[in-house]
Amino acid sequence: MIPAAFDYYRPTKVEDVIALLEEHGDDARVMAGGHSLIPMMKLRMADIPHLIDLQDVSGLGGISIEGGRIKLGAMVTQHELINHDGLAAAAPILRETALQIADPQVRYMGTIGGNVANGDPGNDMPGLMQCLDAQIELIGPGGTRSVAARDYYEAAYMTDRADDEVLISVSFAVPTGGYAYEKQKRKIGDYATAAAAVQINKNGGQIASASIAMTNLSDVPVWSESAGAALVGTGCDANAVKAAAAAMLGDIDPSEDNRGPVAFKRHVAGIILSRAINRAWERA
Amino acid sequence: MNDMTPERDERAANLKGLGCSRKRVEDARFTQGKGNYVDDIKLPGMLHGDFVRSPYAHARVVSVDKEAALALPGVVAVLTAEDLAPLGLHWMPTLAGDKQMVLADGKVLFQGQEVAFVVAEDRYIAADAVELVEVEYEELPVLTDPFEALKSDVVLREDLAGQTEGAHGPRKHHNHIFTWEQGDETGTNQVIDNADVVATESMYYHRTHPCPLETCGAVASMDAVNGKLTIYGTFQAPHAVRTVVSLISGIEEHNIRVVSPDIGGGFGNKVGVYPGYVCSVVASIVTGRPVKWVEDRMENLMSTAFARDYWMTGKISATKEGKITGLHCQVTADHGGFDACADPTKFPAGFMNICTGSYDIPTAYLSVDGVYTNKAPGGVSYRCSFRVTEAVYFIERMIEVLAIEMDMDAADLRRINFIKKEQFPYQSALGWEYDSGDYHRAWDKVMEAVDYKGLRKEQAERVEAFKRGETRTLMGIGLCHFTEIVGAGPVKNCDILGLGMFDSCEIRIHPTGSAIARLGTISQGQGHATTFAQILATEIGLPADSITIEEGDTDTAPYGLGTYGSRSTPVAGAATAMAGRKIRAKAQMIAAYLLEVHDNDVEFDVDRFVVKGAPERFKTMKEIAFASYNQAIPGLEPGLEAVSYYDPPNMTYPFGAYVCVMDIDVDTGVPEVRRFYALDDCGTRINPMIIEGQIHGGLTEALAVALGQEIAYDEQGNVKTGTLMDFFLPTAWEVPNYETDHTVTPSPHHPIGAKGVGESPHVGGVPCFSNAVHDAFRPFGLRQTNMPHDHWRIWQTANRLGLHD
Repeated sequence: MIPAAFDYYRPTKVEDVIALLEEHGDDARVMAGGHSLIPMMKLRMADIPHLIDLQDVSGLGGISIEGGRIKLGAMVTQHELINHDGLAAAAPILRETALQIADPQVRYMGTIGGNVANGDPGNDMPGLMQCLDAQIELIGPGGTRSVAARDYYEAAYMTDRADDEVLISVSFAVPTGGYAYEKQKRKIGDYATAAAAVQINKNGGQIASASIAMTNLSDVPVWSESAGAALVGTGCDANAVKAAAAAMLGDIDPSEDNRGPVAFKRHVAGIILSRAINRAWERA
Repeated sequence: MNDMTPERDERAANLKGLGCSRKRVEDARFTQGKGNYVDDIKLPGMLHGDFVRSPYAHARVVSVDKEAALALPGVVAVLTAEDLAPLGLHWMPTLAGDKQMVLADGKVLFQGQEVAFVVAEDRYIAADAVELVEVEYEELPVLTDPFEALKSDVVLREDLAGQTEGAHGPRKHHNHIFTWEQGDETGTNQVIDNADVVATESMYYHRTHPCPLETCGAVASMDAVNGKLTIYGTFQAPHAVRTVVSLISGIEEHNIRVVSPDIGGGFGNKVGVYPGYVCSVVASIVTGRPVKWVEDRMENLMSTAFARDYWMTGKISATKEGKITGLHCQVTADHGGFDACADPTKFPAGFMNICTGSYDIPTAYLSVDGVYTNKAPGGVSYRCSFRVTEAVYFIERMIEVLAIEMDMDAADLRRINFIKKEQFPYQSALGWEYDSGDYHRAWDKVMEAVDYKGLRKEQAERVEAFKRGETRTLMGIGLCHFTEIVGAGPVKNCDILGLGMFDSCEIRIHPTGSAIARLGTISQGQGHATTFAQILATEIGLPADSITIEEGDTDTAPYGLGTYGSRSTPVAGAATAMAGRKIRAKAQMIAAYLLEVHDNDVEFDVDRFVVKGAPERFKTMKEIAFASYNQAIPGLEPGLEAVSYYDPPNMTYPFGAYVCVMDIDVDTGVPEVRRFYALDDCGTRINPMIIEGQIHGGLTEALAVALGQEIAYDEQGNVKTGTLMDFFLPTAWEVPNYETDHTVTPSPHHPIGAKGVGESPHVGGVPCFSNAVHDAFRPFGLRQTNMPHDHWRIWQTANRLGLHD
């Protein structure tokens, strides 16, 4: 568990980060909380000759809720997400999700930006960002650009972010209606065996809109448009929930690992989603 | 004289002796980060070692090129088998009578096997150099299944080619290690063939790992000037290590000092001798500088001492009334690439022959076949006496299976068959003499405490509700009554590498009435410094707070066989009491002299000797201690010291009755322990608070093993569970609330009647959790499903029983 040698940088300005990335290309990586990257380096699965710590870079923190939108700076920790009263009121699903990530010690360090940027299929925030239709803001040599979370993930650890870009924030419309983040895991600190993020809007006893995303059931988070569509116009009765779960199963592609074989994961994905839908409906 | 007056009570309380929940004296330093573990040891000029390990489970080592590594600045040496061979240290003896490669000698037999040892100026350079050692491998066919191994033409141990006789008798196949038989095969077969009822079942007790928080490590320092070798290490048996090092290195034993500093948990993982220890010693001799080696978590899980991996098939017979008549047990034991089990020499399958459990079974037979495979060596007793967890799991599952076969309640079936109180000492069919027990009392107490009948009623209602579609949660009631066999042990039948398994205590009373006692054991978190002082306080009448307990330094501690198999209290605890009694005997003479009466005219009273019939005339132990240093007493040597080497006449047999109530989500496979009730009888209770802590710890490790913890391999022999992400180590979050209870049945042969308790909860807990899972599905036809009962395996069980749509 000893990483290979690396140079450590602790810039204070985003421009300096970009300059370092341009200079070192593939050999450089930025680090937010470090709770994904450092273990990979210690296992020597990641060789990072130039490690750029974002801790002291100004302008990457902060939580704002303005004009119907929520914006989270990349360096906002899971701990901050959990303890922000305004956020708990505006988007309680964030708190519910963050509380199911790792343990308190990790949550003091782990950031929303790192969780979203890394492209680890086990991370919970990417699925949630897809459920909330978040926009991911990146900065690079050519300035900033925005990409939808639903378009960001390409494969495990492969994203739309270029090597010389840095994720600086995520933002999304203040969610409305009922919500639930349901996660099955083997123990505290584990990635999901299956997890589901659900937001439901209700109108006149029926579901007006629904957004559903699944975690760790494919090499990328899966926003299941068809699962959400299966609920719209229903009273969230057992058949509708079943139809949504069936639609979701068409979109996921889990693989066997120590958490279990594919058949188990698919079954549990359906169960977890059904429970999430029912809980979100009760809250809608 | 012995009436308990308030004044006497107060004096006794001040001693903090037997029965006192005295706070652990160790905790001040542990909770403040002031412990001193192997990795805290830093010697001047110390180098750091790290291993090049095999990525393959079975391969020929074609070549090792160390040039690039040696060229890295800061690298001092790279050792391979070729370098160790001239010293005869490229192989080492194992505790099981086999030998093991220290560094790969021509081939590797498991993934993670030590191939080369890099020594460098710092830990980082060592790790970088490991990457630079180029090893060329030629892959060989991999055998991970012991049954396949026994049929395969592939020879794993080419060094043993042609050897048909092993350390434990004939070898039947080139991948076979031994067959160990106990009991009466013919008689057992006859009983089973003619029985009213027979239940047969096969089960796999999966491979797991003790996984102490502190991994294994050592710092070796050879002083070339005075010829002294000092080894600091994570050793559960420091004296045995000293003797072994002397035997294999040729260094005289008086020139070797072995020190076990604070140890961060052992659970059997630190009993064995590992290549890292040998390599640090050799590297220190070669470089003339101290060398530290500390394994990381992955190395610990992959290479040092697994536990279990027993394939067990049982047949149990009974009369139609449910009285058990015979038990047949056949085991295929996967020992990995080398037989490095840590068992007493004459017990290659440990005390597996305790597998008749708590039951009066007149006829039994046990046969164990040890087999080589391409997995890591080990086979240690993970929080249990030698293979006792396997034995208890086996019998407690067989009882459940028999209950299913007979359509009986498993609690009733147990009760019918318990060894009765009046049968003790009880001679078991497989050769043990159970010293004491009162199983019915313990069992009945637990059944009443948990309202067993009420639980069964609730369970039946739940099953009906499930069938009506009103719930998707089933309820399981796990039962277990276990009997441990601990305190190895009598020298007449227990030794390790020829060293009898006695233990020892040496006491020195200081002039001002405080004391130091040194023992041959070594605490790894058990709280010896607290409890052994309590034993002594009661024996010699000095306050426990005035007694220092010291262990682990072979230059100062008396010879002992160390701490594992719950042997510290039964053996070293007995030695402590006996040494204390020697102190008291001399103190009596001193007191009599001081009081000017005959020796027999004084008697011991808590913390003093009093003149019989005249309690106002007394000398306290404190006064006696001082007198021993300043009075010229005719016929007595000055000073007050004693040493005792204790060879126990028998093992001790702690027991317990456990109940687990579990709710199981049929759809997700998630089990939730609603209630766990644990009654333990460990004989005399020295420190109830420490016992409680031991029970909580042992139950938690039992929960881990039963519900998820395993060392799993794929077909190529790759370890699939090499980090704590996949190897289940429960946290506070996963641990249920435990309710503890006790009865006290003192051991009749132990000086203070104590039996040892550290491992009981693990031994009893594993089958109890597992039986709860099984019991939940019993109404739907389940007989046996193997551990670990993690989510997907429970789900799979439900799925196979047709409980999903």
